[in-house]
Amino acid sequence: MRVEISSQRLQSDFVKKVEEISGQNLLSCNQCGKCSAGCPMSFVMDSLPNQIIRLVQLGLQEDIASSKTVWICASCLTCSVRCPQGVDLGKVMEALRLINLRKNIDYIETSNISTDTLSELPQIALVGGFRKHTA
Amino acid sequence: MDLSYYPGCTLKTKAKSLEDSTIASMAVLGINLVEIQRWNCCGATYSLANDDLAHHLAPVRNLIRVNEQGTNKVGTLCSFCYNALKRANLLMQNDQEKRKTLNDFMEEEMDYNGEVEVVHILEVLRDEIGWGNISEKVKVPLHGLKVAPYYGCTLLRPQEVAIDDVERPTILGSIMEAIGAEVVEFPFATECCGSFQIVSNPDSVTQRAWDILSSALRREAEALVLTCPLCNFNLSQRQQELMRRYSDFKGIPIFYFSQLLALALQLDPQLCHFELSYGEPLSLLKGKELVP
Repeated sequence: MRVEISSQRLQSDFVKKVEEISGQNLLSCNQCGKCSAGCPMSFVMDSLPNQIIRLVQLGLQEDIASSKTVWICASCLTCSVRCPQGVDLGKVMEALRLINLRKNIDYIETSNISTDTLSELPQIALVGGFRKHTA
Repeated sequence: MDLSYYPGCTLKTKAKSLEDSTIASMAVLGINLVEIQRWNCCGATYSLANDDLAHHLAPVRNLIRVNEQGTNKVGTLCSFCYNALKRANLLMQNDQEKRKTLNDFMEEEMDYNGEVEVVHILEVLRDEIGWGNISEKVKVPLHGLKVAPYYGCTLLRPQEVAIDDVERPTILGSIMEAIGAEVVEFPFATECCGSFQIVSNPDSVTQRAWDILSSALRREAEALVLTCPLCNFNLSQRQQELMRRYSDFKGIPIFYFSQLLALALQLDPQLCHFELSYGEPLSLLKGKELVP
């Protein structure tokens, strides 16, 4: 895959926004891959967690937008407690979700959830799921 | 001794079994859990965004409720509530700027500066009652019951709210040993069950449940023991689907630690609300003569 890197992308508003919302220094990541090695949801991700942070470093917003990864992340924070560089990747994932949700674009359509499912799920699942996946 | 107690939404419905069995067990062990007045939902997930203060209001208001009652400690049972309240409390203790903004916004409330200590009931059992004292109160030791402790995420992560070693916790195993059960360790004890992804991506949770449960079964565990109502739901409810997918999967009962504690203390099994459990938890317990 050919990737074009430019100084405009590296210093784009998108990169600044991710750093601002997450409070993380993205350049601390040296791509050791420990986050992806321990991620319990990586088996359903198209891009691995370490690839997501690399895409953010390079300002490749479109590649992140076309990936499902940030919506698969369960915020279990295994990556965050294991990162040898102290990057809280859970917060980076949250920032990437919010950049989308704040445009008022939901990841799930709540009206499609059946009433059976709604009555069966515990409240913490619904509140947690809606917090992470709806605007 | 009285201890303020924050139940949270799920403990009043789906996880009534966790609440009732814990309150009764704690009373026998000398601690009276007093539900705080006018509590509200904690928000379930702690907001991870630097610029999102609005979602901290719900957990902080609960801490103010505790403070208003003149107590300085609150016990929680639900792992999500524990995590949300504990992290919001740390924010109020450590971030002067955000604390001021939040206090200013809640002008109708008393100012809050993180005076309350947030604990999980498992910590109270370990640090204030002690495993030895629990053992002494046991009337029906759960001898011969092989349980695999499962911790999930929110009791252990992030590091600053962990109630035990982040990678190698022992607290659930210790209480199971104190009540006479045999502890089976397994490598998935601290791995996420898929959490709220049950709403949007239930298939991924089915796979997580398979990884976790099959690992415990390979080590000959007869049941999983945990404290999170969402882990309980995901690992229980997905078993029907697993039985369809894997013909040799026969299921494994899931218990809250407090259900087994209540049985060991010979409390009324009705407090355990086994009717809220999936599968056949009672057949295992009856087979071991732990319930009539």
